[in-house]
Amino acid sequence: MTKTVWGALSGGLATLACSGVALGDELNMPVGVTDVSRKIYDLHTDILLICVVIGLVLFSAMLWSIVRHRKAAGYEAAQFHENTRLEIAWTLIPVAILIAIAYPATRVLIDIYDTGGEDLTIEVRGYQWKWQYKYLDEDFNNTFGFFSTLTTSQDEIQNRTTKGEHYLLEVDNPLRIPTNRKVRFLVTSEDVIHAWWVPDFGIKRDAVPGILNEMWTIVQEPGVYRGQCTELCGKDHGFMPVVVEVLPEDEYDAWYTERVVAEKVRREALTRTFTGDELMAEGQRVYNTFCVACHQPNGQGVPPVYPALAEGLVTTGPRDRHIRTVYEGLPGTAMQAFGRQLDARELASVVHYERHAFGNNVGDITQPRDVINLMEGE
Amino acid sequence: MPAHGKTAAKLMLIVVGMFGFGFALVPLYDLLCEVTGLGGRTGGQYVIDPATHTVDKTRLVRVNFITNTNAGMPWAFWSEKGGVRVHPGQPKFVKFFVRNPTDRVMIGKAVPSVAPMRASGFFHKTECFCFEHQMLQPGETLELPMRFIVDSQLPKNIDSIHLSYTLFDVTEIAASAPVGAQASPVEADAKPIGAD
Amino acid sequence: MSDAVQDYAHEVVHEDHGPAKGLRRWLFTTNHKDIGTLYLWFSFLMLLIGGSMALVVRAELFQPGLQFVDPQFFNQMTTNHGLIMVFGAIMPAFVGLANWLLPMMLGAPDMALPRMNNLSFWILPFAFGLLISTLFMEGGGPNFGWTFYAPLSTTYAPDSVTFFIFGVHMMGASSIMGSINIIATILNMRAPGMTLMRMPLFVWTWLITAYLLLAVMPVLAGAVTMMLFDIHFGTSFFSAAGGGDPVLFQHIFWFFGHPEVYIMILPAFGIVSQIIPTFCRKPLFGYDSMVYAVASIAFLSFIVWAHHMFTVGMPLAGQLFFMYSTMLIAVPTGVKVFNWVSTMWRGSMTFETPMLFAIAFVVLFSIGGFSGLMLAITPADYQYHDTYFVVAHFHYVLVPGSLFSIIAAVYYWLPKWCGKMYDEGLGKLHFWLSFVGVNVTFFPQHFSGLAGMPRRIPDYALQFADFNMLSSIGAYVFGFSQVLFLYIVIKTIKSGEPATGRVWEAAHGLEWTLASPAPYHSFTHPPKVVLAEAHS
Repeated sequence: MTKTVWGALSGGLATLACSGVALGDELNMPVGVTDVSRKIYDLHTDILLICVVIGLVLFSAMLWSIVRHRKAAGYEAAQFHENTRLEIAWTLIPVAILIAIAYPATRVLIDIYDTGGEDLTIEVRGYQWKWQYKYLDEDFNNTFGFFSTLTTSQDEIQNRTTKGEHYLLEVDNPLRIPTNRKVRFLVTSEDVIHAWWVPDFGIKRDAVPGILNEMWTIVQEPGVYRGQCTELCGKDHGFMPVVVEVLPEDEYDAWYTERVVAEKVRREALTRTFTGDELMAEGQRVYNTFCVACHQPNGQGVPPVYPALAEGLVTTGPRDRHIRTVYEGLPGTAMQAFGRQLDARELASVVHYERHAFGNNVGDITQPRDVINLMEGE
Repeated sequence: MPAHGKTAAKLMLIVVGMFGFGFALVPLYDLLCEVTGLGGRTGGQYVIDPATHTVDKTRLVRVNFITNTNAGMPWAFWSEKGGVRVHPGQPKFVKFFVRNPTDRVMIGKAVPSVAPMRASGFFHKTECFCFEHQMLQPGETLELPMRFIVDSQLPKNIDSIHLSYTLFDVTEIAASAPVGAQASPVEADAKPIGAD
Repeated sequence: MSDAVQDYAHEVVHEDHGPAKGLRRWLFTTNHKDIGTLYLWFSFLMLLIGGSMALVVRAELFQPGLQFVDPQFFNQMTTNHGLIMVFGAIMPAFVGLANWLLPMMLGAPDMALPRMNNLSFWILPFAFGLLISTLFMEGGGPNFGWTFYAPLSTTYAPDSVTFFIFGVHMMGASSIMGSINIIATILNMRAPGMTLMRMPLFVWTWLITAYLLLAVMPVLAGAVTMMLFDIHFGTSFFSAAGGGDPVLFQHIFWFFGHPEVYIMILPAFGIVSQIIPTFCRKPLFGYDSMVYAVASIAFLSFIVWAHHMFTVGMPLAGQLFFMYSTMLIAVPTGVKVFNWVSTMWRGSMTFETPMLFAIAFVVLFSIGGFSGLMLAITPADYQYHDTYFVVAHFHYVLVPGSLFSIIAAVYYWLPKWCGKMYDEGLGKLHFWLSFVGVNVTFFPQHFSGLAGMPRRIPDYALQFADFNMLSSIGAYVFGFSQVLFLYIVIKTIKSGEPATGRVWEAAHGLEWTLASPAPYHSFTHPPKVVLAEAHS
């Protein structure tokens, strides 16, 4: 057989081999751990199979024709060029196939839209470039909340050390939810459009500024499930993962109680006095979580968009102006109002850190109560 | 070539028409959103008709108040209560608060959104601060009242409604807009930093 | 053809003694062949530039970690790759083919509005010069995806966004003027006897595409104008702060965007419908159905746009409507594929390079169509949306789809344009390198997407590494084989074997009744249209 046919055959076989592999792990959509994800997986498999079958029939007919109906083999061309019944047939049969798929797809969609009767409500807020989770009690009061930021180190990203197992899919504070309870997520964004996705749950929703979106899930198996932001949101779109730890109900309840207590402790700490070392340590943690993406680990920034903090006008200038800059942000720039994201202790710590790191050494100290007095006092 | 000129002129009509259509999509979209509740729009001011008004005492609906501030907005924004329970048809009054912690005059604007989308047509605000420009002096706190009624015809399978307000800094773009004429500045207990 | 046209054609012949010399010829030409040549060379240049950007992307994605570029620049590369390929390579290439072929296929002396034709072309180098120059401006070029959603593209955009908007306006103006020209030519300048249902399929697909362009390019112009106003004049079309809505942007954009992708495929359908019958020595199967199918696809393309937005937060009724309408487009598209296969069936086939690309088109475009059908299923789309599964889908329909059809068209008609045959051995080499390259690049991306890899990320988790490496290797093979194509084209023009008028034994259509190369002014007198000669 000629080169053409060999080429076509090897191309086809390679493709088939790849699709065979498709049925393996990590190469196909996950079945997931919710009813919804399983139904979606089934829909996906059904439509994939239909497409593969139709494709095989079509491409086999083409291959047969390429082999048999060739001038080089002496084949004489027929001259037929229309057949209305055939046209009708291959219009109506596909319509029937489509209806056969549309019916189960419609049912799954209707199930997904059944949003009532939730047991737990969590707010999900997208920021450039991190997620914030806020837990609500049954009266919809905020109990506690936290930010969830990527913890993969720059050393790994810049190829200076080996990459960990969960490279780019690990965070400091994962979302925690219980098994077997209906969790409703209320999703929005505080800047650009983001999207929250956990493949194993089969849920994805855009986080749109000014709009509240919702989705729900009931997870049947405990474990850690990882997803990512799935709407281009700027520079670090690829660096704001979603990590959810699903705990058995009693473990979750225990954790929740602990967290409520921890929240009380956090609030009480806002009036304490801290040592310089304590402030530097906490400040470094806050800086490396919230500030480093723009201002860089060495405080050099990326001028002119992200100013340098080393020998910066603000970071070595009057302390109150420094506090205000971090708290209020700067309108018309990328500098967010961190007063709405950090508490007084975190703010005081990061201000102190910035004034005494990167070669700066202003020599003053900033306590949480200084921040409270400045920003909350009259 | 006259034939081409005529053809071209007719085709330009399509072009101009479609350009206009693109802009017409803006009010069309607003209209569609109000009619279908798309985007969680809550519609305009609602007036109670005493003749047809009923209260469904057989059930309570939970209403969740979510206060957000856009990433560039430093104001504190909170509601008196995280949520309330109401009977469909029962008028309810809730208080929201905003505080300007900066050292300059600023103007803020709150934008509402309701979830689930199906519920937005049944959530009526009779008095609301949304979309109004609120001007605050440095350090000033303002109380913002909001009155609403959940429609007594709310479908039975909706048991909770979530109302989110996102507060934006509109100081730059609010050159000559009306200022919200709400309650006097309140020396409320300042909201602890970072606790919202 | 009317007396007026005949007089005009006479004038042209008597006053003009061949093309002008040097740069002036190319700057001021009103000749459809010259303008077609300009569009085609321009689009080839844009293909190489946009392709280089893709190779930067694939270099960075070769391995996990950031090796070559920072994320901000990476976003500029993905954005400009998309903009340049869509607006600079694919669309101008099809317009170039329209310019070269439509008058010859219709038996007309030139396009309806030759001077506007010149303007339509020359706007493009300015528009793309402006767009590419933004990469060197402070703050960088557009970095918000070729779909430029607000507010990332408004409030959070680099300063160069204003130039991006001007560039888009210019490209739109060029497309609109080109479309008016094409419609006027097709409706008013057909030779006597060339009824609408005797026109070649390529003409039909361009007629319908031109109407689509007229309908949706102005909507794109509206969208970017609204962006401009939001950015500079304090309006709030897309800003929630001002009472606007970011989701409105998506509706307006995709109302343009979906017909846009059909604009990029319908002429491809036309090309393939001409090439396959020639190399099967058999008429196109189901000419009438093919025309109706293209018209149905064009009509349906207006009512499916929100399938790009299934996760934005839409009421159930909306999701169901767009799921059904999107699935429905598979029907007329399937009809076309079945008709091509039926054309091949019991033909007497030979496999010269144009036929290889055309057959590959049918197979690989169908694969792209299948992934499209999967994407139409709304609940499943929750898992596919904004992942590499979508990237795989649209690259299958655009690269071995649209681009292969353009390459096939060049091999098929180049002998008519320049009078010389390309080297068949080199052509086949180019084909096999491209075929293997394109599949190695894009087939693995289906799996990366299903496994959970999002779009538009410069770095990825370790489980996606193997298929990314494979994809990058394929991309380099594919990219460099287009440099081979450049060599083949230049070699043909300079030193190819002389071609006959008919060129291909079983080619049908008025263009094949002309000498090769076609005379600078052809059909100055309208030909007699014999049915056997009208189309494939």
